[in-house]
Parts: sequence; structure tokens; C-alpha cells
Amino acid sequence: MSDSKSLHSKISKVVHEIPRSGIRDFFDIVSSREDVISLGIGEPDFVTPWHIREAATLALERGQTSYTSNMGLLSLRRGISQYVEKKTGIRYVPEEEVLVTVGVSEGLDLAVRALVEPGDEVLYHEPSYVSYNPLIQFAYGKPVAIQTRKENGFRLTRQDLEQNVSEKTKVLLLNYPNNPTGVALSKADVEDIAAFAIEHDLIVLTDEIYDELTYDKEHYSVISVPGMRERTIYLHGFSKAWAMTGFRMGFTCAPPELTEAMMKIHQYTMLCAPILSQEASVEALRSSDADIAYMKAEYKKRRNYIHSSFEEMGIPCIYPDGAFYAFADISKFGMTSQEFALHLLDEQNVACVPGTAFGACGEGFIRCSYATSLEEIKEAMVRIARFIEKL
Amino acid sequence: MNELLNLLKQNALESPENLAKMLGVSVDEVKKQIADFEKEGVIRAYQAVVNEEKLDASLVTTVIEVKVTPESEGGFDRIADRISKFPEVDSCFLMSGGFDLLLFIKGRSMQDSFRFVSDKLSTMPGVTSTATHFMMKAYKQNGIVMNTGDDDERLKVSP
Repeated sequence: MSDSKSLHSKISKVVHEIPRSGIRDFFDIVSSREDVISLGIGEPDFVTPWHIREAATLALERGQTSYTSNMGLLSLRRGISQYVEKKTGIRYVPEEEVLVTVGVSEGLDLAVRALVEPGDEVLYHEPSYVSYNPLIQFAYGKPVAIQTRKENGFRLTRQDLEQNVSEKTKVLLLNYPNNPTGVALSKADVEDIAAFAIEHDLIVLTDEIYDELTYDKEHYSVISVPGMRERTIYLHGFSKAWAMTGFRMGFTCAPPELTEAMMKIHQYTMLCAPILSQEASVEALRSSDADIAYMKAEYKKRRNYIHSSFEEMGIPCIYPDGAFYAFADISKFGMTSQEFALHLLDEQNVACVPGTAFGACGEGFIRCSYATSLEEIKEAMVRIARFIEKL
Repeated sequence: MNELLNLLKQNALESPENLAKMLGVSVDEVKKQIADFEKEGVIRAYQAVVNEEKLDASLVTTVIEVKVTPESEGGFDRIADRISKFPEVDSCFLMSGGFDLLLFIKGRSMQDSFRFVSDKLSTMPGVTSTATHFMMKAYKQNGIVMNTGDDDERLKVSP
């Protein structure tokens, strides 16, 4: 029998070398404590709307417990195609350009693995969702993180891109509205980035999971820019706007060659998404406009509240255009973001995520999720104010 | 519905300062809007939604369907107004269908409600018949679900 040391040596080098997520480390600390107000949760606090849950229940009652096509139920792919066309003006053929995945997480993994060969460089912007860098490494690609800056409102610019592109760059990964900053891009920003991608012949992966939660302006997708549909994998899912995280439902839209490549990996690994979740998603697309509008309006009130509370405390906060995160600048307190978050947890029992969990340029920031009840947010703000008074 | 009214319907005790923050307007603007709504009668009162099951001595709610003879002048309004003035009557609605008025009565016991129906309501001129139902349990009231298993089972920190 192998001892633990020899087992350790057998673990793949790439897996071995990738550190655990900063969020995961912080989660272990927070989990050990009682009565914490958590602003660290990246999922809706709403329960999935009732009619969507009903659809899953009904499917179960009907005995729909089988596999589906690898690509996903055709009824769902048709619904997705219509939904994306309505939002972006771009039509994807349900039969060959839409793939149903287990959350956007799987969609991202498929997209990266379908494209990246050892040594290929993938550009992505930080601060970013914690999975991007490891997913690229799991595919033996080279992640090239573009450090966006607070002076720039953490927006990705063409200049940033030009400074980081090389002969080996194959893919550009975008995520707007952004987790963790809440920043969205203007139409002009998107067009600039698209022009860059075309000029350098890059494939773009665009993670637009938060697009429905854009509060003050219209979301503009990179696939809507002429010339981009052909070179983009559009990634989306039901977790955020429909409050369906536990259903694990996502989808990709891409030209047939790219969809086929992703499907190949999907069919040998995941096989298909769970049928009950797919049936729930068919219903979600059929009639959820009012649910989304309601949840979005609630998030907007909380966004306004948390942003103005930070500003009143003298803590500058990147203006969150979308998603449900406030990225607050705590650099003036002379602590690292990790120290700040740990002290805040210790002294006031409020959990937020250190900005460095999302990349080095998140230093000096904390991410506060407002996907929690207004009462909890209010109490958290009182406690944070109490905490900084003593600093 | 107006956003401010929505917020007040959720929590009438919300401070003008918090309301202003959520709506992205000034505190004075919130105060003015509330004063205007009160003056115009849009906001009629501020109440607590009480889960009476949690009280030791909960009130008995009775729902009564009432058929009446409308008056030649005033139609249903005059008799509905008279019935509404009884302190026992919590709510009174004019309905379409098999009966005319729907009443919600609050009393300390079923006997209380019975006495109201037999002594006061049935004897009123114009009331032709009543059908009395006792409310067993409130699952949802004024848009508020009364007993939710609303423990947050989400991870305390997540991506």
C-alpha cells in the first residue's frame, strides 16, 4: 500500500502546483465561526422562482429521469437560441451551435480545453473570477493576466491588451459585468476590444453570466460586434439572474466547429446536463421576465445602499455597474486586504473576501457581495463603520 | 407600483435615510414623497403584519359571505359602510359571483364571531343571508409567507 508521501508524488504536476483558491482558504476560516454576517457569498439569496421549481418537480413526477442528447434537450436549445437572439441580435442554430453544459463553469472548461494546446497563451483580465487561471493551466496553456487598475476603474483597455499580446496568444477571455469588481463595459470599450481580437486573430471567450444584472445601462455583448460571432464562444447560464445556482445549468453558443469540439469533450466527461435541471431551464426561459426584473430591482436597491454606505464611511468603492459585488478600496488603512478581512472577521464577525483572491491587483480591496438580505447588509455596514473607527 | 411605496410595504419602519440610500435620492426627497402620499391618502396607515399563531391567545378569524338587497339609492355602498363600521369587522369587500360582500371578522373566540353574526349582522335590514367559515390557519398574509423554512444553507463564502 502506498504511503501518503508517495501518493503525493503521483499527483499530476500541474494539479500539484496550482494553489487552492483564496476564497477556499477564507471559507475554511469563516466556516469555523458562529453568527457571521457574510458578504462573501457569490450566489443569489433568492430561491429559484416557484414556477421553475414546479417544472422540475413535474418532470420528476412524469418520470423524466433519463439521459438527454449530449447537446441538451432540443426544446431548451431552441429556447436558448431565441433568448440570445433577443438580447444580442445574434442568432445561433439550436441544432449545431448551442451546447447545454453543467453550469458556466463546465462551459468555460470545455471552451478552454477545446482551444488551448500546450504553450498557447490565454489573455484574461484581473481581478477575475478565481477559476480562469487554473482552468487555463489544467489545459496546459499559459495564463497571461492583464492587471487592470483602479485609476482606470478596473476597465480593460486596448492599450492593456496590446502590451500583453504575443505571437503565442490564441485566446482572450472576457468577463463583464465583472466578478469581483461589478464593472461593466461601454459599447465603445467592447468595440475596441473586438477590433483588437480581430486584428490579432484571437478567439474570444466571453463569460456574460451577469449580463441581466446590469443596473443603469444596456449590456452590450461582444458577439454583437460585426465580425465577432465567427470567433467567439459565448458563455452564459441560469445561476445568477434566475437564482438557479444549484441546478447547475449553463450553455455555450459558438460556430459549429467550435461547438463540435466542445461537445466532444462534454460527451466523454459529463455526457449531458441533468434532465430535471434542463426541464426547469426550459420553463425559466419561457416566462421569467417578471422574476428577473423583480430580483434585479432588489439588487439595485442594495447596490445603491452598500455603495453609498461605503462612500459615507470614507471608503471609496468602485461603482458597481452590474453583478452583485461591491469592490471597496481599503488601501488607506495600511493593511493588506487579507489582514483587513481577517481583522474585520475577528473583531466584528463580518466576512468579506480579500481582493487578492481575485489576482494580485486586487490588493487593497475587499469584495462585498450584496446577494444577502438588506437587514444583514445594514448590520454589516454598521459593524464595518465601527471597525474602521478604531483603525 | 412606485419604488418607495414598494419599500414601505416591505418595511414601514425603514428610516428615510436608508430609503434614500436605496433609491439613490436625497433624504428630503423621500420625506416629501412620503408626506405627499399620506396627504393624498395613497398611504392610509402603517401596520405590522402579525403571525397570530405565535401569540399565546391568538384571535379567531372568521370569513363571512353575505348576501344583501341593494338599496335603490346608494346601491351596496351604504350597507357596506354600515357593516364596515363594526369594530369586529377587519375587512369588507364587494364581490362578484354568488354573494355580495365578503367580511373578515376578528374575535377572541368562535363564540364571539357567532354572536356577531347572529345578533348584529343577520338582523340588519337588507342582509338576506350569511355563510360563515372559520379560518383555520394563515399560510400567507398581505404578501408575507407566515412560516418559512428560510435557513440560509449557502456556503458562507463562495466564488
